[in-house]
Amino acid sequence: MIDILTKNLPILVVLCPLITSLFVVLIPNIFFSWILTTLSTFITFLFSILLYQEIQIQSHISYALGKWMPPIGIEYIIDKVAIIPIIIISGISFFATIFAYKIMPEEIEKKSISKVYSLWLLAIAGLLGLVTTGDAFNLFVFLEISSLASVALVAMGAQKDKQALVAAYNYLIIGAVGATLYVIGVGLLYGITGTLNMEDLTNRISDLNNNKALIAGFGFMIIGIMVKAAVFPLHIWLPRAYAYAPSAVSVLLAATATKASLYILARILFSVFENSEDLINNTLLYVILPLSIIAMFAGTIMAIYEKDIKRLLAHSSVAQIGYITLAFAIGTKASIAAGFIHMFNHAIIKGGLFIAITSLGFFIQKRITINNLSGLGRVMPITFFCFVICSLSLAGLPLTAGFISKLYLIKATISSDAIWIAILILISSALSVVYLWKMVEVMWMREGRKIVIKENPAIYISLIIITFFNIYFGFDASLVVNGSFEAAEKLIGDLK
Amino acid sequence: MITIENFILITILSPLIVCVLTPFISNSTILRDFLGPIGGVISSWGAFNIMSSALNNQNINLEIVKIAEGISIGFEVTPLGAIFGLVASFLWIFAAIYSVGYMRGNKEKNQTRFYAFYAIAVHAALCIAYAGDLLTLFIFYEVLTFSTYPLVTHKQNEMAQKAGRLYMSILVGSSVILLLPAIVWVWVATGSLEMSQNGVLDGKIDVAYAPLLLAMFVFGIGKAALMPIHKWLPAAMVAPTPVSALLHAVAVVKAGVFTMLIILTNVFGIDFLAKTGASEWLIWLASLTLLATSIIAIFKDDLKARLAYSTISQLSYITLGGALATSMATQGAALHIITHAAGKITLFFVAGALYVGAKITKISDLNGHGKSASLIFLAFFIGSLSIIGVPPMAGSWSKFFLMLGAADSGYLVVIGVFCVSTILNAFYLMEIPARAFFFKKEREVSVKIPKLILIPTLITSFLTILLFFCIEPFQNLTSMMVGKI
Repeated sequence: MIDILTKNLPILVVLCPLITSLFVVLIPNIFFSWILTTLSTFITFLFSILLYQEIQIQSHISYALGKWMPPIGIEYIIDKVAIIPIIIISGISFFATIFAYKIMPEEIEKKSISKVYSLWLLAIAGLLGLVTTGDAFNLFVFLEISSLASVALVAMGAQKDKQALVAAYNYLIIGAVGATLYVIGVGLLYGITGTLNMEDLTNRISDLNNNKALIAGFGFMIIGIMVKAAVFPLHIWLPRAYAYAPSAVSVLLAATATKASLYILARILFSVFENSEDLINNTLLYVILPLSIIAMFAGTIMAIYEKDIKRLLAHSSVAQIGYITLAFAIGTKASIAAGFIHMFNHAIIKGGLFIAITSLGFFIQKRITINNLSGLGRVMPITFFCFVICSLSLAGLPLTAGFISKLYLIKATISSDAIWIAILILISSALSVVYLWKMVEVMWMREGRKIVIKENPAIYISLIIITFFNIYFGFDASLVVNGSFEAAEKLIGDLK
Repeated sequence: MITIENFILITILSPLIVCVLTPFISNSTILRDFLGPIGGVISSWGAFNIMSSALNNQNINLEIVKIAEGISIGFEVTPLGAIFGLVASFLWIFAAIYSVGYMRGNKEKNQTRFYAFYAIAVHAALCIAYAGDLLTLFIFYEVLTFSTYPLVTHKQNEMAQKAGRLYMSILVGSSVILLLPAIVWVWVATGSLEMSQNGVLDGKIDVAYAPLLLAMFVFGIGKAALMPIHKWLPAAMVAPTPVSALLHAVAVVKAGVFTMLIILTNVFGIDFLAKTGASEWLIWLASLTLLATSIIAIFKDDLKARLAYSTISQLSYITLGGALATSMATQGAALHIITHAAGKITLFFVAGALYVGAKITKISDLNGHGKSASLIFLAFFIGSLSIIGVPPMAGSWSKFFLMLGAADSGYLVVIGVFCVSTILNAFYLMEIPARAFFFKKEREVSVKIPKLILIPTLITSFLTILLFFCIEPFQNLTSMMVGKI
């Protein structure tokens, strides 16, 4: 029994939320549909932890779907790289589900809640499928599943604010364009190599170094994925989608959605096309590097001038994605590891920040703008405290998880003799203190309305747990750091 | 028998425990208020023991948390750290007593929060003193910045908000943008975050880059308040006076110059600096800051602002001593950390006492108050003499060593700088007792100074005299620091 379980873990991680999503829709009761969703995300999280342990032993699991052997059949691959986004997505979605219990009925009418949970699980299944599959076309399928489910989730925000429909429409169109570009790229590669399996692709590409179709296919794929990963300037769908989505959905999307695509980006750059070195090096140096640097500053500066807090955090996500892609662009083992470290840390940071902000919004019952936050720090000390910790973590201050990512990122850049990039990263992170501190200051210094608020444990429990992680991984980062270094080594080998 | 490792823990943890306990006993004001002084006594007991072990040249290393491969939070005792740790923890006793008097006398709000953050700031300063590697140093440097923010903005009004912004943007900005990459640079160049008594950089870094790296450190350590990144210190004076006294005359700024000295001696190494001349520019910058801020201080009518500029000028003595890169000058710089601390905390205590007792903040309002508050002005007089450097006050020792060091290094101009600055010091500090004792009273204000304020002030002023006669152990430590014993 146990043996069957362990053997099938790679598919179970995806199937568990996928199947439950079909049942959740049948349960009209709010509470029971929530319980089922929580259970499902919890089991998925459990599976991914089991998978993590399995990976420590085997280091590479290949799973042939339906016993159709690769490269003909669809192959699921779990290795030390893929396990990082799997843990992030399943873990954060579990905490986001716990948080959703109180928040969801506030913003969505009762009869559609079970449908929302169904979409919720579908989106999670799509994201997990994205990172487990080893088949380029299957990846496209999951990309669409997760995108369409997320679009529908964002559109649910329309019950509170009609703007959500525009946001969802934007997300839909831009997302569809991205997916189309990706699938065109896959089509071109299939045309010249005759395979869809990623490992097989890698081997067959090595003979076709200067093939124009290869370069075109690569370009389409990369741009398609960059749209999904919200790499500047292809990020325009993101701020609106995060801002107008229902609060719990913002938490889920902000912490997980772009992480999966970033992982795919790394996989395409360093694994699928590892044999086309010139192509990759040029892309990294002339495309990804400058775009990442612009993203770091553009995202931060837009966040500084933004009044709406959810949008502010979304802009900040654009900047943070810039750090991750910048780490990839430098392309050494240490820097790619730093990218993965930050991918993990950013998920727990942004998850915490969005939970904190939406809990504040839950109590003031208004759009969460900077002025509406006045004095809330005094009436909601627990939420405020967690918010400050997560903010410090985002700004990369010592004893928080964010510091570890920044430290490794800086070390990687300085080791590759790019001290000016290190300084740019730090200037942008010092600027991020400006918008974070602006919020903290308003909550701490200004007199707010005289209201008495009783903080609800059902809401702040997940916030406290995520905040605790932010501190814990600042003190004991060896798990994340070692995992990321192993992942980077797996991706680019010992060559560099 | 308590081991030295445990003494380190006792010293750094007692303020942390005070911080954690304070919110829970806020119902009993007496217990809460005197937790600070008790913590101070325990902490400085530990610091005394650490210092005596440092005098016996014991090498102590203590790793607390291993964050990941190659990075950890750890502590060790260096001679300079032993001095700074003792200064911070010992003066905390008096500052804690004083703040009880001040907060009560002023009927300030949110006292519990104040005491809690006050203690955690001391904790951070002590962790800096005993930091075992560059990363630990940086971590607690930042903790110190953030823990003092609620203290600086204690009044929670618009002025506090503005000052808080300036405070945070300069201190956080400089440390994140320059100090952190400088530390990582050293890490990459030497392969570890360790420091050593003779410096770690010799032969590990291109000599041409050494001045650049030094500049990143110097401007990254905003707490040392070198021009042009000194503006945060006058801004921070908006805080209640106990904060200005302990933190912005002792713990925070001394943490800055302590970091500066540690970087100069234990990362670069004074031999390396002397050999390469990497710190030559710093001599001129520090001299400039020293003189310019002394001149600015003369024109400040606000008592705390004048003291703030005086502090900046005195901090430059320490940076200058390190930059001269001779063993005498470095010793003088290290001694100045302790002698200036005792003197300046007294002056700030007096400023706070005058505010509580008579709501006086301006120097021009002091005329003729000497008779009604003679003891407090006497304390100010003694503290001033120490800062000016008149024997038998402690300040004379450090100035003496600094002058010798300047002569050693061959920069005779620097001796001139010291002399001019001494005259300026005398000019702007002596004005205060002079006005109090010799000028005619303009307004009839009764000055009533609570005992809890008066007593610590008198004790610290007495310390400046005591230190003159008991400088020997400290001087032994500083000579160990420069490797003479």
